[in-house]
Amino acid sequence: MSEIIVVDPISAGRNRGAIISQYCNKTLKLRRRRQTRPSIRDFSPSSRPSIRSYGMEGDTTDAEVSKRERLVNNLQNLPVSDRVRMLRGMPLSVAEKKEIRHVARSHRFFLMQKEKRILSNKKLSCCSQLKYYIIIVSYPFWYSWLSFLHSLQPWQTLLKRVSGRFGTGVLSYFLFLKTLVFFNVFLFLVTGAFLVLPQAVHPPYRDTTSFSGLELLTGAGSFSHTVMYYGYYANYTLPRRSRDEGGGQNASTLTSDSQQFSYNMPLAYFFTIGMAFFITCIILVYSMSKTFGRSFRINKSNSILTMKTFSCWDFKVIKKKSVQIMSENIGTQLKELLAELTQKHTKSTFCKRFCRLMVHGVAWTICIASTTGCMAGVYYFSEFIHKVRLDGLSSPAKLLSLPTVVSVINLLLPALFNLVGWMETYESPSVFAYVAIGRNLMLKMSMLGVLCFHWLGRVCWEDFVGQELYRFLLMDFIFTLLDTLFGELLWRLFSEKVLKRKRKPVFDIARNVLDLIYGQTLAWLGVLFSPVLPVVQILKLFLVFYIKMSSVMLNCQAPRKPYRASQMTTIFITLLCIPSLLGASVCVTYTMWSITPSTSCGPFRTLDTMFKAGKHWMEILEKDNPSLSVLSKAHTYFVENPFFLFVGAGIFLIVIYFHSQVVDGQRKIISLLQDQIQNEGEDKKFLINRLQSVHKQKQDAGKRLKSQVSHLYNHQHF
Amino acid sequence: MGTTASQLSKESLSEYQELTFLTKQEILLAHKRFTELLEKHEKEQIDARVPIGRIITLPELKSNPFKERICQVFSTSEQKDGSLTFEDFLDLLSAFSDSATLEIKSHYAFRIFDFDDDGTLDCADLEKLVNCLTGETNDAKLSSTEMKQLISNILEESDIDKDGTVNLSEFQHVISRSPDFVR
Repeated sequence: MSEIIVVDPISAGRNRGAIISQYCNKTLKLRRRRQTRPSIRDFSPSSRPSIRSYGMEGDTTDAEVSKRERLVNNLQNLPVSDRVRMLRGMPLSVAEKKEIRHVARSHRFFLMQKEKRILSNKKLSCCSQLKYYIIIVSYPFWYSWLSFLHSLQPWQTLLKRVSGRFGTGVLSYFLFLKTLVFFNVFLFLVTGAFLVLPQAVHPPYRDTTSFSGLELLTGAGSFSHTVMYYGYYANYTLPRRSRDEGGGQNASTLTSDSQQFSYNMPLAYFFTIGMAFFITCIILVYSMSKTFGRSFRINKSNSILTMKTFSCWDFKVIKKKSVQIMSENIGTQLKELLAELTQKHTKSTFCKRFCRLMVHGVAWTICIASTTGCMAGVYYFSEFIHKVRLDGLSSPAKLLSLPTVVSVINLLLPALFNLVGWMETYESPSVFAYVAIGRNLMLKMSMLGVLCFHWLGRVCWEDFVGQELYRFLLMDFIFTLLDTLFGELLWRLFSEKVLKRKRKPVFDIARNVLDLIYGQTLAWLGVLFSPVLPVVQILKLFLVFYIKMSSVMLNCQAPRKPYRASQMTTIFITLLCIPSLLGASVCVTYTMWSITPSTSCGPFRTLDTMFKAGKHWMEILEKDNPSLSVLSKAHTYFVENPFFLFVGAGIFLIVIYFHSQVVDGQRKIISLLQDQIQNEGEDKKFLINRLQSVHKQKQDAGKRLKSQVSHLYNHQHF
Repeated sequence: MGTTASQLSKESLSEYQELTFLTKQEILLAHKRFTELLEKHEKEQIDARVPIGRIITLPELKSNPFKERICQVFSTSEQKDGSLTFEDFLDLLSAFSDSATLEIKSHYAFRIFDFDDDGTLDCADLEKLVNCLTGETNDAKLSSTEMKQLISNILEESDIDKDGTVNLSEFQHVISRSPDFVR
């Protein structure tokens, strides 16, 4: 007699029948969700959730055929996109999926034929016929369009090579660079289409300064009277009616008597920059929330070991040496984690903790003091340079001195922070990485803050600021070049030839990403004053990509430290959004809202603030169409009323509180469910044991009966 | 409707694109790489099978310690010898592509890690897994006490119904909480 084996639907890891039935239920749920809400009465009142949703399913082979029919039935009633998604997501082999799809399609075709026959009696309206034809014809085009888009991805082969040798960590740096390129391309398209093109087609005056090569370095000279800078842009509507060839100061908007296309330049300038920032902000916040959602864990559990074991293998790495290094890394990490777990119970004494705190305090004091010192130094130096410039002694060297000083500080101070960080001890290397990033960030943001403060309030200062930002971008690029050269190439040669070590330098991902973010902040700050700056940034990013790629391939080796790629990506995108974009937007908004534009250049020459251009236009619109006055009243009443802002902020806070309570509740439910699963497992074991013991008892009773009968028989014979 | 001599028909191309996570370019590239592995006489056959010895010469799989398991898992052959047809090859690429869902990846990862093919990960499977991960060199390998400790930790953290093994749902539960399962 065989033992009874109970097949648990949950533990059938690769049973095809189980997969089919699971997907049958999924498609059913999807269908129900699309059509109506499932009523609670559909579920039998059982206290065991596993029985309730699976029904009594035995995994016998003839049930599989009926299950497959049910699956096909469910699939063909789903809309096409859902069906494709379901089919793709099923962990079956391609051959089996082809069969299911074929059956589903032939059923559906048959149904459609039936429908057509029924419908052809009622005259099918030409609209729905057209719809059918469009759908049938457009599918192949849609697929080919998608594949074309995919093939446009630049740098595919290069990225694959990098990930093959260095893994996902270094790859994330290059992907971040690619994202920045796309942001800048978008910015350039917007400013180019709405600002540069119209102004380039209608130049306000001719400039006769000749071009000498130094303009590429300083950004001044003949560049300063081109579309590159703010000062060139007209403050009237294009095209101009009255010809006044002296760089006119006409402030009227001549919309009324232009028969052809008229283009209000100040308004366009204001709205374009505003819209570009707004859309970039939305895109960035959206991608930030997506990556955050992926890396956020509701249950902050301590299953680090399991996760490390199951998910640390990077399948993108294919070179033998890198695979060896990765295996060694994983082995070391697992050993370290195990050692940490066994040691966690030893508590450090009060004295030790106090010493550690003191060391941390000293380290932070050094960092903050050096940052403040550099800030003050940069401020006084910039004042000095400005005085020299006003005296008319500006040569290219003097113009470039401030950017050089700032770049040198940005290069040397992080090295100092690293040194300071070595003398401290941290609980885990990731905390150390975060502290290093925080200190670097603090340095860079304070540098930018000092420079912003210094630049406001000069004659035709917008042009000057635009030029300065151009010079800063350029210097940043030159220093990245030098850093790659010295930091990676020469260091490798030095360590190989002189120190005779086999170890190549490691690519410092965090520092390089922060450099990229710094460059992007400069570009965002400068776009208001120099609409062509995104082009410069795009060129710079392209060059940086190729230089870093070749340097990494030639000079560096795979990182030794563990790298949590997805968490770092979240942090980088967050850093791009919050200090970088937010800071730039705040500066730009402040400039637009309250600073008086300079009176001798630019599209906002005669206005009090740039914001007035928008208001001016609204007033004119109101005069022309009185019905639009409700808009402006709404604007005055809502946006400029502090009470409304308070109410809005209050509602926002309430929504956040509500969501956090929901998350708490879900955490509690998760722990309850875990207990329930554990109890069910114990129930299952208990029931199996009972079944087996009952079965054994029956067997024993049967055997005893048989032996008794034979005994009796023998007795009878004797 | 499998692979005809050396060209993929347009119909089968769009069918494969619907059923897998690969784009048309990727399917064509895969077809090219696959036909490079075939011998002369096999190129004329429809649904030719490439034995496992030739598959693991692919540069992407050569240094991977899980290469034999991968071939076994994706193979649909009757003899369970790990040989792959073109459709199995597409399955493999689709599961490892970037656009595959977490569910597909975790399902196949579970099957790859299940060295004895019994549907659960027990202690022997976990031990073999850790040894594959840490490589063959002796200094990176874990000692037997460390291994026991590691396995008991893993089971404690992921075995919810406390039956001594990790089944598919528990594995998927652990993986869903780990954001680094990107591959």
